[in-house]
Amino acid sequence: MASAPVLPGGFELPLEPRLPRLGSVDAVALEERAASLATRSIKRDSKVFALDLAIRVMDLTTLEGADTPGKVAALSSKGIHPDPSDPNIPSVAAICVYPNLVPYALERIKGTNVRVAAVATAFPSGQSSLAVKLLETREVVEAGAHEVDMVIDRGAFLSGRYAAVYDEIVRVKEICAGRAHLKVILETGELGTYDNVRRASLLAIAGGADFIKTSTGKLPLSATLPVQLCMLEVIRDVHEETGRVVGMKAAGGIRQSKQAVQYLVQVHETLGLAWLTPDRYRLGASTLLNDVLMQIRKERTGRYQNPDYFTVD
Amino acid sequence: MTKRLEVQKTYKLYIGGAFPRSESGRTYVAEGANVARASRKDLRDAVRIARQAGAGWSGMTAYNRGQVLYRIAEMMEMRAAELAALCRGAAEVARAVDRMVWYAGWSDKLAQVIGSSNPVAGPYFNFTVPEPTGVTGILAPEPPLLGLISRLAPVIVGGNTAVVVASEAHPLVAIEFAECLATADVPGGVVNILTGLRGELAPQIASHMDVAALDLTGADGDVAELERLGAENVKRIVRGRPDTQSPYEIAAFLELKTVWHPIGM
Amino acid sequence: MTKEKRELAHRAVTAAIPTAWDYAPAPEARDIAKIQERYGLFIGGKFVEPKSGERYTTIDPAREEPLAEVAQAGKADVDRAVRAARKAFANGWSTLRPNERAKYLFRIARLLQERSREFAVLESINGGKPIRESRDVDVPLAAAHFFYYAGWADKLEYAFPNRKPRPIGVAGQIIPWNFPLLMLAWKIAPALAAGNTVVLKPAETTPLSALLFCDVLRQADLPPGVVNIITGDGRTGAELVSHPDVNKIAFTGSTEVGKAIQKTLAGTGKRLTLELGGKAANIIFDDAPLDQAVEGIVNGIYFNQGHVCCAGSRLLVEESIYETVVAKLKRRMSTLRVGDPLDKNTDVGAINSKQQLDKIGSLVQAGIDEGAEIYQPPCKLPERGYWFVPTVFTNVAQSYRIAQEEIFGPVLSVLTFRTPDEAIEKANNTPYGLSAGVWTEKGSRILAMAQKLRAGVVWANTYNRFDPASPFGGYKESGFGREGGRHGLEPYVVLDDA
Repeated sequence: MASAPVLPGGFELPLEPRLPRLGSVDAVALEERAASLATRSIKRDSKVFALDLAIRVMDLTTLEGADTPGKVAALSSKGIHPDPSDPNIPSVAAICVYPNLVPYALERIKGTNVRVAAVATAFPSGQSSLAVKLLETREVVEAGAHEVDMVIDRGAFLSGRYAAVYDEIVRVKEICAGRAHLKVILETGELGTYDNVRRASLLAIAGGADFIKTSTGKLPLSATLPVQLCMLEVIRDVHEETGRVVGMKAAGGIRQSKQAVQYLVQVHETLGLAWLTPDRYRLGASTLLNDVLMQIRKERTGRYQNPDYFTVD
Repeated sequence: MTKRLEVQKTYKLYIGGAFPRSESGRTYVAEGANVARASRKDLRDAVRIARQAGAGWSGMTAYNRGQVLYRIAEMMEMRAAELAALCRGAAEVARAVDRMVWYAGWSDKLAQVIGSSNPVAGPYFNFTVPEPTGVTGILAPEPPLLGLISRLAPVIVGGNTAVVVASEAHPLVAIEFAECLATADVPGGVVNILTGLRGELAPQIASHMDVAALDLTGADGDVAELERLGAENVKRIVRGRPDTQSPYEIAAFLELKTVWHPIGM
Repeated sequence: MTKEKRELAHRAVTAAIPTAWDYAPAPEARDIAKIQERYGLFIGGKFVEPKSGERYTTIDPAREEPLAEVAQAGKADVDRAVRAARKAFANGWSTLRPNERAKYLFRIARLLQERSREFAVLESINGGKPIRESRDVDVPLAAAHFFYYAGWADKLEYAFPNRKPRPIGVAGQIIPWNFPLLMLAWKIAPALAAGNTVVLKPAETTPLSALLFCDVLRQADLPPGVVNIITGDGRTGAELVSHPDVNKIAFTGSTEVGKAIQKTLAGTGKRLTLELGGKAANIIFDDAPLDQAVEGIVNGIYFNQGHVCCAGSRLLVEESIYETVVAKLKRRMSTLRVGDPLDKNTDVGAINSKQQLDKIGSLVQAGIDEGAEIYQPPCKLPERGYWFVPTVFTNVAQSYRIAQEEIFGPVLSVLTFRTPDEAIEKANNTPYGLSAGVWTEKGSRILAMAQKLRAGVVWANTYNRFDPASPFGGYKESGFGREGGRHGLEPYVVLDDA
């Protein structure tokens, strides 16, 4: 039986089968606020700052059944030097892969500051036994992954077995603690309401999450601006009430620079500058990188760009 | 000097915002042209598409729907000459355009005239709102343009989607009108227009289990039989007047939902 | 890599925290709004020189720069305008087929949509409100108002059961400076839909969007004299109110002037509607969705710099969540961007006039003197122009002037309550009754509060929402009559027996 980690004082533990009222979220108002923030006009220097930041906080991701060592090696190289023709372009924060591909990513990023994140716990569905999920977690941590992206058990959550969800996170965190940081994927597209997103966020944080993450990227409905805002507000409340710092990762469906900037603006205006760093914020994406590179070059040269001029993986 | 040869127009069906031929490949001759002869499979497809379009159309704000109908009128006004050549003339077109404008202005007023807040005898807030019925089948009456508009506009302004069986003898203006729809920001599938033989299509639409309401204003032949076929899924059967405009024509295609909620601290 | 090295690498701080992210200026182009050097009065379908010979200058309050010279309509000018309106009324407008009248209004609606950017920019330049608001709220709502009432013009018989509605005649309309174009739409659209003709006086400090509107009327080919626009200060308004051939007066503005108008019209039999001031309570219960409620508070009082009659200027917060709400509110206020109205990222624009700025300042000083605690987030204000930093007062007693008097600026007073009854009592304890806000997740409580609040508009879990289909107007000294919705037609018709 797992013993829960010691949590900062003053934070409410949701251990009962029926969660106590943890605050509610008005969907209409939340979506309006997200839409209003998305109209911020970020131009010139402030845009270049955001684009550069978008790369530095990016978890460059490949999570396909067809992934091979070659594919991962190429992606890792891309992540280290996104634009070989421009040495000012920074490296991404991390490469995100399936467990089998961890060693190949690690090999490539050796000597750089780029991290390797591995998904685990029967990603993306989470529909396996706890034993299997813990075994998988142990394997990726032993293999040397710096970061673990786990999924919560949505089946348990949606059927009200919150203690089981919590317990699983605690057990996974036990394996990671001190060796890899833990991101907990809520799979917001399956949770149905913002109230549930808020509850799942608090649950994940209580269980020990270092980061909370929107999605696996495997569903049509992944990260959205209102969902991120909802999760950022949870992070803010936890920080205000307990001092604990939790990071945010928005993943899935973020393909264009304009969107990436909107996500960053939201972080800026909700949590402030302190969260605008890869230690506290990540964007999980794959095709986004080239669009950001094109936008950076456009800002520099004044010309709209052509995808042929940017390397593919 | 020889006369310039004109490019002849092909008249096809209007389904899902596009102009396909009949899946049967058949045509019939009307007004000197080969007109698509819609089959029951075309009708089946049209109903399916009309159903899919329902959520989006009824989910739009009433204001947006009203603007779409007004834009249909804008497009009709622009094509007044073409439309007039295919119906009884400029006077019919003018009335049809004005009727479309008239109905456009109802979208954001229906709830205020047809709906209500009801003073029940207890601490409850009780209100009634009108909602669209669903996919509506329309047998268009004559005159070929005004009759069609008079029955179509009240159906769609309330948020329903429509499958229209055009006039058999005078179908061309219906397809010309469909081109107005295609350029008026009407989402595909909200209005679908089938040309063909009334005798073939009417029983199909009357018996379709996913058509929620049936407008028989333009029906000829065995109307009783059509009503009997419609009873199988309790269709709302409407027999309106062919040349009228009234909010009650709209209300005939609306359901009423009443909601209760306690009032208390 | 050894386990130790891995752990060290994991713990190492990998990235610096940025010291700033300043958004670069993102100005909307000003040149789309072509402003003439001088304007006449729009009477009988064309611009004419004022018989008074008097003009004044209208300015840009964000830069304190002159924009144009506009006419000061005198008694003879007002008379000329009313006669033009009467002539248009008698010679066809009232007897025009209703569906034709409708089509004029639809044209106007569409033209406003087509020229929306032009109007939005002009509104921000002349009035001081942020372009984001004029672009996203004022102009779209103005167009929507014309669209909505266009649809009623030929359906009046459905709006009044068992009555035959007919127009009143000539309507005199006086509007304020806080939503110049939108207030114009609120007045003109229903008046015209019902078959009346109008003489409208825009506010002294914000005439330009009304004058540009005259060009829309030209493009719509509206018959001359149906709408007449006369600029001027309070004197012009007084002349219009007391003109014997005006059948109805519609006024939106201060309660003080509203009462004066009501006195002037006493005994004349003229129809009157008033939309006056407010001191709305925005009530937050402990089960409210807190972050969204804070957005609602901010939107309620800082939207349009607080120049809103229905502004949520009194925050009534349940005492059990007082600390949390005030902390969140102050944090949120610190992210408000005050500055150039034409910058797309500006949240709070300029105060409309020096006069208003002084009034706000003096009431804020009164609040400090009476013992309330003031908080203003650090804010870099531009050198020129009229600006006021978003302000919140805590430790406010119900009796303080800042809790009783309408400030009409970005100043919020925070009071607490313990029970719903106490909240209602405090909310209703005012001569005003325009609007109120309620924030709670409990549906039955929303409805119970709505039932008990003496206000013409109750917003639940939202604030400052407007729609042409939604009737708006006040109880008590906030005025009488409704604008918007089916009920908004009533002030502009005579209801004969069927």
